[in-house]
Amino acid sequence: MLNYDIVIIGGGPAGLAAAISAKDSGVDSILILERDKELGGILNQCIHNGFGLHTFKEELTGPEYAGRFIEQVYDRNIEYKLNTMVMDISSDKVVTAMNRTDGMIQIQAKAVILAMGCRERSRGALNIPGYRPAGIYSAGTAQRLVNREGFMPGKEVVILGSGDIGLIMARRMTLEGAKVKVVAELMPYSGGLKRNIVQCLEDFGIPLKLSHTVVDIEGRDRVKAVTIAKVDSNNKPIPGTEERYECDTLLLSCGLLPENELSKSAGVDLSMVTNGPVVNDSLETNVPGIFACGNVLHVHDLVDYVSEEATTAGKNASDYIRNTASASSDKQVKINTECGVRYSVPVFVRPDKMNDKLTVRFRVGNVYKNVNLCVYANDTLLMKLPKKVMAPGEMEQVILLKSKLNEIADLNTITIKIEEA
Amino acid sequence: METRELNCIVCPMGCPITVTIENNEVTSVTGNTCPRGEEYAKQEVISPIRTVTSTVKVSGGEWPTVSCKTKSEIPKGKIFEIMDSLKGVSVQAPVKIGDVLIANIADTGVDIVATSNVEVL
Amino acid sequence: MKYDVAIIGAGVTGSAIARELSRYNANVCVIEREEDVCSGTSKANSAIVHAGFDAVPGTVKALMNVQGNEMMDKLCEDLDVPFNRNGAFVVCTKNQDRSALDTLYKRGIENGVKDLKILERDELIKMEPNLADDVTCALYAPTSGIICPFNLTIALAENANENGVDFFLNTEVKDIKKENDSFIIKTNADDIEAKAVVNAAGVYADAISHMVSSTKMEIIARRGQYMLLDKTAGTHVSHTIFQLPSEMGKGVLVSPTIHGNLLVGPTAEDVPNKEGLNTTGDGLGSLAPLSALSVKDVPYRQVITSFAGLRAHEVNDDFIIGEDEDTKGFYQAAGIESPGLSSAPAIGVALAGEIARKEGFAKKDNFKETRKGILNPATLSLEERNELIKKNPAYGTIICRCEMITEGEIIDAIKRPLGARSLDAVKRRTRAGMGRCQSGFCSPRTMEIISRECNIPMEEISKHGKGSEFIVGINKEV
Repeated sequence: MLNYDIVIIGGGPAGLAAAISAKDSGVDSILILERDKELGGILNQCIHNGFGLHTFKEELTGPEYAGRFIEQVYDRNIEYKLNTMVMDISSDKVVTAMNRTDGMIQIQAKAVILAMGCRERSRGALNIPGYRPAGIYSAGTAQRLVNREGFMPGKEVVILGSGDIGLIMARRMTLEGAKVKVVAELMPYSGGLKRNIVQCLEDFGIPLKLSHTVVDIEGRDRVKAVTIAKVDSNNKPIPGTEERYECDTLLLSCGLLPENELSKSAGVDLSMVTNGPVVNDSLETNVPGIFACGNVLHVHDLVDYVSEEATTAGKNASDYIRNTASASSDKQVKINTECGVRYSVPVFVRPDKMNDKLTVRFRVGNVYKNVNLCVYANDTLLMKLPKKVMAPGEMEQVILLKSKLNEIADLNTITIKIEEA
Repeated sequence: METRELNCIVCPMGCPITVTIENNEVTSVTGNTCPRGEEYAKQEVISPIRTVTSTVKVSGGEWPTVSCKTKSEIPKGKIFEIMDSLKGVSVQAPVKIGDVLIANIADTGVDIVATSNVEVL
Repeated sequence: MKYDVAIIGAGVTGSAIARELSRYNANVCVIEREEDVCSGTSKANSAIVHAGFDAVPGTVKALMNVQGNEMMDKLCEDLDVPFNRNGAFVVCTKNQDRSALDTLYKRGIENGVKDLKILERDELIKMEPNLADDVTCALYAPTSGIICPFNLTIALAENANENGVDFFLNTEVKDIKKENDSFIIKTNADDIEAKAVVNAAGVYADAISHMVSSTKMEIIARRGQYMLLDKTAGTHVSHTIFQLPSEMGKGVLVSPTIHGNLLVGPTAEDVPNKEGLNTTGDGLGSLAPLSALSVKDVPYRQVITSFAGLRAHEVNDDFIIGEDEDTKGFYQAAGIESPGLSSAPAIGVALAGEIARKEGFAKKDNFKETRKGILNPATLSLEERNELIKKNPAYGTIICRCEMITEGEIIDAIKRPLGARSLDAVKRRTRAGMGRCQSGFCSPRTMEIISRECNIPMEEISKHGKGSEFIVGINKEV
């Protein structure tokens, strides 16, 4: 059995930032376990620019952004193992992992930081009817094939879902010579960032059809055609609105799901909304000493926020090791989310133990224009922020002040909701 | 007088911007929340520019390709000419972030630089 | 190429016959249109070993089903195929006539099905708490089981191959001519000559039969659509739950699979297209309300994939097994729909026996009865696993994250007899790509492994053979 103070599961943007922060907070015994053959995670295949505006005040590509964090990990001599799959995490923080040189190893950690990221929703999970030929890829798989392996997965493309990866891949495939015929989106709004709609679709004249979905896939061996149709307000296809596109490829960009199979094995409680762990203000889960950050906690829109969140997790994990007192025994106040606010991270706040400033992140369930975002402590209005636009594709945040919360007598709930202006 | 509605692409906020143009000169920009947005809008209506990101073949590396970008923005109309110029180019590993892979791509005066490290296999 | 027997079709039926024939001193080959065995009806069905109460007493179906069911334990042990007699219920709801259950019960007894019982709700609900509130009683068949149809078919084929049977994959039969006392089989590749021919061609058995025999046969493709749920839903029921036929049709089953997923289906629609393996919005949409009649709260949020299979339905509703009445030396194994998987071991023994008798084959003394499956490292202890990785480091690299499949298993699937050459073939042998992400992460890596191990360029790596290649070329060269 090996022993480390902190074991970090995943060497993507969240894991790297958490490791750097934990090291800078004074913990020396840190191990990052990464399943791929290099550090950096999914950023390595996100070769487009637009990363790092918040963190570095300049516009970087994914590999460049990852590279800056990887350099910091090297500079600090933080240990990591590549090509290493974590097989199990127990509730007493024994991590079982495997690779081809060490075989099966067991590591006793004082704290574990979950940073496994997320996966894409597959065709099967979307119940798209039709044949099951080659040529149906999740946008991320196609991205890896094109950007890293140097292959072209198809020549004539239909994309379902206007999530950012789908939009980015519309441009990538177009630039590399493919014809992207249409992007269909089930919802009446896009799930991606506005800038990506402009730069990736409008720049190239690719039509975006909102409130549309795929109703048929043709082709026994390889995709031959895809039929899309308009959907009604219950997202059911409307007969007679079908449009058939001949193509050899269907890319899916229909949402990301946090990968929490390992968290479950450790006994971590998950949120039904985010599919990520339920955490308190220190990003600690219900299992003492197990922390979570990045897309395994909730799917972020910008990697800059992942890095920021992971930095907090890394620092809190190191504080936990020094104090060893479990945070979960403290008084916790639940953050309720209502009226269009779908969830919040964290879910619980410890008014006595929290940092002076706490960033609470969340997403809304619909497009809202000219509304007020309101935060209540018990029944007291703490803040009212006028918002021109709020959309499900973009993460929102509010900052709670410890001093303000502690002014409230008998604080038992915090509520975040949208109110009409 | 002509007005154009834009979505700012400078940062993820994507502000909706209205630009007024008179005699091929921008007379007003509204809707932006930062100075970079104003700058973008002026540029976008007169002569739009973009950063191009793609890949170039690598021989002898741990990966078959290296990601790359135009070191600065190039005229939007030059995008496909640049993509054509990247075809058939192959560089030798190792490649480091920032290495110039192709100088003055498609006569834009802008270099193509590597955005990832590729070690020798 | 001359053979004593040529079997057309490498599904579970053809493979079972091939294995049984490989007990004899005979030159046997199997001709398969697809690039792998188990690529037709055998690959997409309910994966149930039926007890045998469903078929009408006296039919070939009834006989083969009950015999096949009884043979399954030993066969699975010999061939290293996981098999679990999890038991089945046929549930009756308060709006249904429970006398139909009695009919099934009596039918089962007459067919020779053991240990059948009718249970009342209070007892049922203890065994299966998620049964629908309207369920009043059920027929309980403890001998019903679950199995992986890929695993069984591949094991039969591998064992046949190890015992000398040749397999011609990617080989489509175009015509059959009888010349003197042998058959000339025209294919898209070389002609194959055989003294006897077995027709195990699934939905195409009628077309194959008509090439050489005047016996009338009609096989209808009856489509069944299914949904497969994540392993987290796999314990929603522990038995296979059938429905009593009602005015809404035959009903659908809800069952755990041998690998721990939950399966719901099938629909039943006759389709004119024998390649009609497409799912439809209506078909998939019908499963949730139908399944709710027998099982409540099926967590449909956990669906990981849906698929369709085609049953080879014979118009007279029975299996056709034995030498053709019209053409001597031409043997039928046709109309094998449900319970075909359950019946395959018995069909193999019966038909191989008949052929051996008529063609005069003697048993060989070096028949290899057993076959070892692909090692599943997850069944090993930590120490054993470490030993394995030391000996072969490929077992230390996980390729499929969802099912935790190692590179070692994938290489084994490629290198063993009738080895995998496509991603679907790897998936059927190892489960790589069959998990919740549905091969999003592992497909590029599995492609690389096949490419490396078989020396096939990446552009030729396919999902299921020629025409289903994944990539259209190298970027910037297309």
